[in-house]
Amino acid sequence: MAQYLLNLVQPVGDPPPPEVLEPIMRDVQAVSEEMRAAGAWVFAAALHAPEASTVLKPQGDEVLVVDGPYVEAKEFVGGFTVVEADDLDAALEWGRRYARATGLPIEVRPVADRGV
Amino acid sequence: MSDVEAVFRESYGRAVAVLTRLLGDIDAAEEAVQDAFLTAVQRWPADGVPPSPAGWIVTTARNRAIDRLRRESTRTDRYRAAALLADPGPPPEEGAVRDDRLRMLFTCCHPALAPAARVALTLRLVGGLSTAEIAHAFLVPEATMAQRLVRAKGKIRAARIPYRVPAAADLPDRLAGVLAAVYLVYTEGHTASAGDRLVRTDLCVEAVRLARQLAELMPDEPEVLGLLALLLLSESRRAARVAPDGSLVPLPEQDRSRWDAALVAEGQELVRRCLRRGAPGPYQVQAAIQAAHSDAATAEQTDWAQVLALYDHLLALAPSPVVALNRAVAVAEVRGPAAALALLEPLDLPRSHLLPAVRADLLRRLGRTAEAAAAYDTALAVAGNATERAFLERRRAELTGAD
Repeated sequence: MAQYLLNLVQPVGDPPPPEVLEPIMRDVQAVSEEMRAAGAWVFAAALHAPEASTVLKPQGDEVLVVDGPYVEAKEFVGGFTVVEADDLDAALEWGRRYARATGLPIEVRPVADRGV
Repeated sequence: MSDVEAVFRESYGRAVAVLTRLLGDIDAAEEAVQDAFLTAVQRWPADGVPPSPAGWIVTTARNRAIDRLRRESTRTDRYRAAALLADPGPPPEEGAVRDDRLRMLFTCCHPALAPAARVALTLRLVGGLSTAEIAHAFLVPEATMAQRLVRAKGKIRAARIPYRVPAAADLPDRLAGVLAAVYLVYTEGHTASAGDRLVRTDLCVEAVRLARQLAELMPDEPEVLGLLALLLLSESRRAARVAPDGSLVPLPEQDRSRWDAALVAEGQELVRRCLRRGAPGPYQVQAAIQAAHSDAATAEQTDWAQVLALYDHLLALAPSPVVALNRAVAVAEVRGPAAALALLEPLDLPRSHLLPAVRADLLRRLGRTAEAAAAYDTALAVAGNATERAFLERRRAELTGAD
């Protein structure tokens, strides 16, 4: 068994209005519940927008505290799920269902080492 | 070519496919198979070639892999070595689906890999081509290709791209990448990118074999039948395409009695069968173009209007500079070389001799001899195949009034 990080790639800007968002969240919830039932779900989190980020930059002996995301971009990781899957195809299948539910790109990335 | 080299071409892909199933890792499989060939180079000249060279390579590679796993004595590796020892060896073929090479094809052509990487992997792991040969087929520097292969294999391992033929429901989606890869294996065999032989028969035969397997596996996919038809019709002309002295004979000058009638008939029947399904795709249309050529008893009888109409269709389905170039060749027959020459202007095919070679021919037909000679020189500067070079040199020498 391997683990994969499914990143939800969200555009910068206001989220859609509740009447659009609610059915999406219900669909996402349904996929997550199925994932738990299948024993594939490991961990998941929704993230605040990048404006809420703070970056720490080592500089000599100091560590600077800076406002903002590490990289300014038009998209950001809005949330993620870690799944357990036999292989990439199985991970892609879960990712595909999130992509269908949200209408957003999903980045599927293999976990290299669980021990760190 | 030495015995070992001949066996290498013949069985590298098969051996790596079998070993990948046994070892669960492509790099380890390649290493084991390369070890086995090194042993063959040392032993065969003295001991003679074994009765089943391909089987000998697989068995030796498996033993080398076991030795290596024992030496690198982590516990997991010892388990794997034990599992390998318990394995009675490769099971017999159980139809196309179980073919390890088909499995390897679908892994190499996985959609999570970049298209260029898919074809490169297929040529390396299924076709048994060297990195240099693949680089030439792709018209990129060898170092770029080496890096592309390393990265692609790294991704297969890191992301655990599975080693299997996809489930029935996923098959159609996964097909396009496989078809493209098999087609390129054929084109590489059809005009070998380097060396003194025009045609690498082994690659052509291999591509046709793979296309036949795919047609067995997916008899309802018109594009699979289209690809097979295209390869068969191309293959039917192989003997006529090379003169006894090894020189290239272009289509209009070929002795059509030397075309393989059985392959022509099979290809044409397939074209009719797949087009009846009413879902034309790029391979079916290309096959239809070749079928139109096969219909003509002499070059003069070629229905160029039909060929041009099919190229128009192909350009709409799958626009590319190479298709546009081939369409221009048909335009030259229907509307004359001047009309075709104008179509070449916007085309860009860096590192390929095809564009300057066609330009040279059109200029020659227009009597613009000096420009034709210059275009032949441009083509000669990039043509890697000795037979094609000889053809271009002959054509250049035939120009009258060139300096």
